Amino acid sequence: MSASVSAASVRISIAYQNWHRFSRNPTALIGAAIVTIVVLAALLAPWIAPHPDHVGAIVNFRVRHQPPSAQYWFGTDNVGRDIFSRVLFGYRISLLLAAVVLGFAVPVGATLGLLAGYFGGWMEILIMRLTDVALAIPPLVMALAVTAVLTPNLLHAMFAIAALWWTWHTRLIFSITRTLRHQEFVEAARTLGASRFHILFRELLPNCASAILVKVSLDFGFVILIGAALSYLGLGVQPPTPDLGTMVANGADFLPDRWWESLLPGAAILFVALGFNLLGDGLRDLYDVESVR
Amino acid sequence: MSAPLIEIIGLSKAFPLRGGLFGGIRGDVKAVSDVSFSLAKGDVFGLAGESGSGKSTIARMIMGLTHPSAGAILLDGLDLTGLPLALARSKAVQMVFQNPGSSLNPRRSIGQSIAVPLEARKIARADVERGVARLLDMVQLPADFSTRYPHELSGGQKQRIAIARALAVEPQLIILDEPTSALDVSVQAKIIELLNELRRSLGLTYIFISHDLSLMRNFASRVGVLYLGRLVEEGPTRKLFEAPAHPYTRSLLAAVPVISAEEEAIKPKAPIVEGEIPSPMNQPPGCAFHTRCPLAFGLCDQQNPEAYWLDGDHFARCHLLAPDAASLGAKPIETLKRENAG
Repeated sequence: MSASVSAASVRISIAYQNWHRFSRNPTALIGAAIVTIVVLAALLAPWIAPHPDHVGAIVNFRVRHQPPSAQYWFGTDNVGRDIFSRVLFGYRISLLLAAVVLGFAVPVGATLGLLAGYFGGWMEILIMRLTDVALAIPPLVMALAVTAVLTPNLLHAMFAIAALWWTWHTRLIFSITRTLRHQEFVEAARTLGASRFHILFRELLPNCASAILVKVSLDFGFVILIGAALSYLGLGVQPPTPDLGTMVANGADFLPDRWWESLLPGAAILFVALGFNLLGDGLRDLYDVESVR
Repeated sequence: MSAPLIEIIGLSKAFPLRGGLFGGIRGDVKAVSDVSFSLAKGDVFGLAGESGSGKSTIARMIMGLTHPSAGAILLDGLDLTGLPLALARSKAVQMVFQNPGSSLNPRRSIGQSIAVPLEARKIARADVERGVARLLDMVQLPADFSTRYPHELSGGQKQRIAIARALAVEPQLIILDEPTSALDVSVQAKIIELLNELRRSLGLTYIFISHDLSLMRNFASRVGVLYLGRLVEEGPTRKLFEAPAHPYTRSLLAAVPVISAEEEAIKPKAPIVEGEIPSPMNQPPGCAFHTRCPLAFGLCDQQNPEAYWLDGDHFARCHLLAPDAASLGAKPIETLKRENAG
């Protein structure tokens, strides 16, 4: 009885210590706050946006090119739509893109990394050389190629980025697994008759979890940036769906006089990318994971 | 003597040494050369030797973590060398690793770690939980330890968990690879006591690997001394400690620190060997020990000594024991004692 109470209290105190260390890191706290704000804004966009109807293909020429004001916080665009409302909905697209890309890249990359790192030999040669080849192609170039062949839309952009993004996770998990492979707890599991599946996913994977978490947090920012770049080039999300990159591109025609139309959506991209990066850096310091760039 | 539970016959392991531009095999590291011994059910076989003498390689070969280059490992007459590391093998032989800190997965709870061998045998969920509690009880730990994580435990507690996990499959033989070397002396004694109790109550057989000879004297029933991958002396613990025949065994025993005058009196008088164990990549010709042996003579760097039986169950590999050693220029073993006393 007392033993279980003390065990529970030990665990609570470790959670508290982690929070304590995390909370003393101002950049991590700022990152966490930004990420929380962006995620909440995206989830609640239909309810908190001042002009939720401005998301679609409506025109309102009476108020086109309005500068930021109390009614239109980020001003209005060339057809009179509220830019702030569209930024909130744009976050939905950005986060969805990053979540889908990483939802594919992390399991695939981690599994390949575990296989290459644990088994070594021809498995390692095959997987890691394939990874090297894929790494040689910049994701943006791949996305340009894919969307040039297929029709440019959100799905194809996701596909193009995800098709290369797993490589980073393969490399990360490979390097961790290779150092863990000869640890006594892995050999102990082998001598106890554990299956390969058990060793890979129950013994090794949990030891990669903190590195994956840090990497995913950093990746969210990068994938959002790439998605915005594709949309800016007209190869990602197509109008009238609001997307941060598309909004920057549309507003760029009216620079510098109507600066809000492209600068404020641009600042929104900066805001979310910065948030995920600061959070990732904070988590890296917290878990002391050196292997994640 | 009853039929042996495990018989090791001519076990050898040479690791290929790769190098050069194309990674060709340039030579090999003879980690273990022609080791044979056997032990009966309920025995404790102590394997002693310095670091690099091949103790752990022997353990890994019996466990199936390393494939032997030659030789056979018979368990109840069944040769294990061909068997892959699989369920069938893990049922027969288990191992307790040297470092309790790294032999438990830091990210898995104690209960999850102990359950590994049970789950590998597709035992029902409820039975697994009961099994974990029973195993914890066997190593004298409370059942609620199963929710804890390794970092919450002391070294001795972790080693008990490692023992419980090895017991889960009810193996016949447990290899203890320096199970106490990472622990405090007071904790060591308790672990040894627990291992002894388990051996008596479950009829277990142990191969106990250690460099701690005083521990071995109290725990093992037979002792084999390894030097550079070769078993240089083997015999019942009492005979080996009271009348060591190999100069290496003598110097090992002489190096054991003692407290009382009685212990000092029965300790063999031999100089402590100088220098390091030679590299197994570059083994000296003849007897492996001749480079450090205070009694080496003409024959020693020429020819590998055969095993000379002192009794039916005690042998040593040393040219000094040859019937015609004196005529070949050897100083008798007794000169060591005199030189030391003087």
